[in-house]
Amino acid sequence: MEGKMIDENGLRIDGRKVDELRPIKIEAGVLKRADGSAYVEWGKNKVLAAVYGPRECHPRHLQDPSKALVQCKYNMIAFSVSDRKRPGPDRRSVEISKIISEALEYVVFTEYFPRTSVDVYIEILQANAGTRCAGLTAASVALADAGIPMKDMIPSVAVGKIDDQVVLDLCKEEDNYGQADLPIAVVPRTGDILLMQMDGHMTLDEFNKAMEYGFGACEKIYQLQKDALKRRYAVEDVEGLEEEAPREQQDMEG
Amino acid sequence: MARAIMSDIKRDHIHKLLSKGKRVDGRNWDEFRQITVETKYVESAEGSARVRLGNTDVLVGVKMQTGTPFEDTPDRGVLATNAELIPLASPTFEAGPPDEDSIELARVVDRGIRESEMIDLSALCITPKEEVWMCFVDVYVLDYDGNLFDASFLGAVAALKSAIVPAATFGKGENFPLPTKSTPISCTAVQIENSILLDPTLDEEKVADARLTVTTDENGDLRAMQKGLEGSLKLEQVRKIIETSQRLGKELRKLVG
Repeated sequence: MEGKMIDENGLRIDGRKVDELRPIKIEAGVLKRADGSAYVEWGKNKVLAAVYGPRECHPRHLQDPSKALVQCKYNMIAFSVSDRKRPGPDRRSVEISKIISEALEYVVFTEYFPRTSVDVYIEILQANAGTRCAGLTAASVALADAGIPMKDMIPSVAVGKIDDQVVLDLCKEEDNYGQADLPIAVVPRTGDILLMQMDGHMTLDEFNKAMEYGFGACEKIYQLQKDALKRRYAVEDVEGLEEEAPREQQDMEG
Repeated sequence: MARAIMSDIKRDHIHKLLSKGKRVDGRNWDEFRQITVETKYVESAEGSARVRLGNTDVLVGVKMQTGTPFEDTPDRGVLATNAELIPLASPTFEAGPPDEDSIELARVVDRGIRESEMIDLSALCITPKEEVWMCFVDVYVLDYDGNLFDASFLGAVAALKSAIVPAATFGKGENFPLPTKSTPISCTAVQIENSILLDPTLDEEKVADARLTVTTDENGDLRAMQKGLEGSLKLEQVRKIIETSQRLGKELRKLVG
């Protein structure tokens, strides 16, 4: 497959440049019952995240008298990948759930809610490489949508390597021939790295290039996260609001 | 690992020393504890190694048998890694199926071996699509005093390098040494209040904010990384850990031949 994934113009199989993200759409507050939720469409990835809590911590022996626990469950649904995935947690999803929980715990003010649990559920509806990053990106928006006090939202993206070139945000076809995969999550405001994994083969120079792409992309994704929240809570019709105000007053009097 | 309870007095002691640039056991920030590697420790295994890293004690064994290859890799052997945090090793370890800590440990060890292409899996093919060698790496923690990642990885690498493929037992010709192509080494560091400490002890792990494991090959190239814990790392700190891993990898590699 060598030399086939990037053409002579430096464009990839889906027409992107090496440092270009797939199209990303984020929507906040998409589920009724959850305290907070978000939907992310990231290229061909489709991801839902829901937040419940802070609520009573289960199992109870995990309760921490000094802070809340952030318990994330990452799950791929059975028909999200080409070969059916056996339902239930496997070793990969247990690991991903753990590192996403750890990243989220950093931004949540857990000390405000001792003994409780903030439960985050990430469901991958359709997978096309980069699902853990899309999942974490969605989970951050869902946490904010739930009104959970937090320091910041966490954008996340994977940088890869194909045809001996460092490339941002691999899609499935590229991932199959990838020489390295390096998912990261960075809070742009502080430069805090909250998630970092790597497998494959990279030199230190390539790593530095990957960080340049990854940090840049995280800033863009962060903006999309903020936009999604603003859209969710924007007040569109100012007149309508004025009409509603007296009605509320009546209610209170009655 | 699971957040164990830590007395304030111990925590303060570690922090106070760190503010003067010191560690509880007097090591430099980039200094490993004493390491001993004893291979061929268990005779019933195809390969094995007992690694002592300070007071951390890990036993790794390799078992091999024939089996069918995965459909997507019909001409390659199979590598599977498992880790057991048995209750013998720590009051915080519980019996039962692998929890997230042992799964993460096993997967980080597995990734380092797999991604560095340490084992020549294509040489473990017997009949394409039908029969290949399956190589099981099992990590048992015997005594837990921090940094299971590096102790386990060193043990896995040493055990694999000492492994003999039991071809005769399975009627596949003469026994031969497990074909390996490289010697990857992992180095793990923690960040405590913006200090970076390599090879953390259990007490250091308990007060650590973030952890990073970096696996490099002979060329110093990156083969695997894993960040853990709830804290954050700055890019400069990541670079510092990578460079230290490249440097110390050379020394540690000598221990496993």
